[in-house]
Amino acid sequence: MTSDTTPVLSVRDLTVTYRTDSGPVTAVERLSFDVAPGETLGIVGESGSGKSAATMAIMGLLPRNATAEGSVLFRGRELLDLSDREMRPIRGKQLAVIFQDALAALNPMMTVGAQVAEAVSVHDASRGSQALRERTVELLDLVGIASPRDRVDQYPHELSGGMRQRVMIAMGIANDPALLIADEPTTALDVTVQAQVLDVIERVQERTHTSVLLITHDLGVVAGIADRVMVMYCGRKLEESPVDSLFHHPAHPYTTGLLGALPRIDRRAERLVQIPGQPPLPSERPTGCPFQPRCPHVVPSVCGDVDAPPLAIDATHTTACVRFHEIESVKR
Amino acid sequence: MNDSAAPRIAASTTSTVPSPTPAKPAPAKDKPRRRIVLERFLRHRLAVVGLVILSALAIACFGAHWIAPYPHNRQDLLLGAQQPSSAHWLGTDALGRDYLSELLFAGQVSLAVGICVALLSTVVGTAVGAIAGFAGGWADEVIMRVTDLFLIVPAIAVLALALQALGPSPVTIVLVLSALGWTMIARVVRSQVLTLRNKEFIQAARVIGASNARIVVRHLLPNLTGVIAVNVSLAVASAIILESTTSFLGFGIQPPQSSWGNMLSQAAGLIGTSQAYLLYVPGLAILITVLAVNFVGDGLRDAFDPQGRQ
Repeated sequence: MTSDTTPVLSVRDLTVTYRTDSGPVTAVERLSFDVAPGETLGIVGESGSGKSAATMAIMGLLPRNATAEGSVLFRGRELLDLSDREMRPIRGKQLAVIFQDALAALNPMMTVGAQVAEAVSVHDASRGSQALRERTVELLDLVGIASPRDRVDQYPHELSGGMRQRVMIAMGIANDPALLIADEPTTALDVTVQAQVLDVIERVQERTHTSVLLITHDLGVVAGIADRVMVMYCGRKLEESPVDSLFHHPAHPYTTGLLGALPRIDRRAERLVQIPGQPPLPSERPTGCPFQPRCPHVVPSVCGDVDAPPLAIDATHTTACVRFHEIESVKR
Repeated sequence: MNDSAAPRIAASTTSTVPSPTPAKPAPAKDKPRRRIVLERFLRHRLAVVGLVILSALAIACFGAHWIAPYPHNRQDLLLGAQQPSSAHWLGTDALGRDYLSELLFAGQVSLAVGICVALLSTVVGTAVGAIAGFAGGWADEVIMRVTDLFLIVPAIAVLALALQALGPSPVTIVLVLSALGWTMIARVVRSQVLTLRNKEFIQAARVIGASNARIVVRHLLPNLTGVIAVNVSLAVASAIILESTTSFLGFGIQPPQSSWGNMLSQAAGLIGTSQAYLLYVPGLAILITVLAVNFVGDGLRDAFDPQGRQ
């Protein structure tokens, strides 16, 4: 609870490349962002936009055929330089992850209590079994699991989807991490349960002042709990801004397209507006802005510039669109 | 402090006053895991039958000293070969030995060899398979090529040579059979670990900061209990058969020590005589044991599956 404003996580020029049989594939390209203490940063992007690859690179858990370059500075330490052994005390202790599919992410052979307890005891073996059990019950209670004393001894398959996701959250916050990465935490859940789970994350965050990196493809989720949003497409950051600013003044044509594709309760529409085309295959990505093939405002000679720096609209809002000002002037 | 607290706890648990805590709605959920596994196993009828038969066999064989009607190797040359009678239920062999007693004493060796080989080869095979599957890379390559080698080597020939060199005692038979047998379970465990390794819950274990050793021991192996249990039972069965084979062929257990295998071998000489039935006695003992072990293995696999029927 220091009034320190240096970022908890500072990612600079992160590039993740997979070696595949058909040549190298760049999943994340020169990605840079910061997460401030206590802040919730939402990362929005469709499947294949590099959200999860970026997360795994931060955790040092990329598969063998992938390499990460650039810099991931976490509380002043360069994570990309650490060995697996050096990462272990950080994982789960200071840097925790909540996975999308809680049923797959929980060990089917262990009670949920044992798994939450393990998240604690891996980093702190000093507790006796009774104290550990008490702490487990306390954590399950904290994430809103009713009658936690009975639930501790149940197996993942005996719990509902929402309950399982809460168990994941309990494991994530077991050691009061400085940063919690939630990788699509609500995607597999019913809408009502989604709201409850997000509420749990928010409440926990209020208590522990944990920073949250919320990865999702659901703009509604971002609007609900994120402070700032980063829009990713084809492994690149296209736009970054505070939530309100993004929703009211989207600066990149891709963001505009995403927002336009959202169903609106206050407008009658025969059809939802969609972004024409498909995200390009990694091998077919254009140089410069990856959104060119689908962009209504594309001017190839301008948009193909490889080294165009992100454009700052104001102190907090940046876009990767080099034609931002021209497009804005046309709109008016 | 202990003195004052103890009576109070005792008093509260034994009081007949209705307890204020509500009755637990789902008592089944509170059962410890061991209990659930046991109950599931007991519901598997063939497995229970198998276990009963195995236990009976084991008690009869290992308790042969007290149970067998005649002492080990008591010869009665004047009696000679006899048909079954009330004095000798399974008859006697050419040396006048009571065949039932021989069968029980021989069972000691056969069962002990089977169980020891199964345990030893399973421990070694599981460890090697888990390391190969989890570590991957060159370690995996080397280990798997070694197991390939074992696959193409004719087991019987190796057994014959090794037992010639080491001497055919039960201990060397166990060691040699285990040395030949670990590759099967190593392959099975490796393939299972390969699929499990990429499961999200293993990734999740890494994410909470678990070490490789912890992931293997706490997360991978428990998920393999079913596979391992089945393989132990198969290994027991195949070890008993292999021991019988070697003893039958004459380079395994040597007389006067007997096993079901060399009993078979001796009875083989009786084919065509009125005592040809003696061939069936050790044969059936082997068959029944192997079947029973397989049933138990089957029951164990079902019992250990946490998503199995409640």
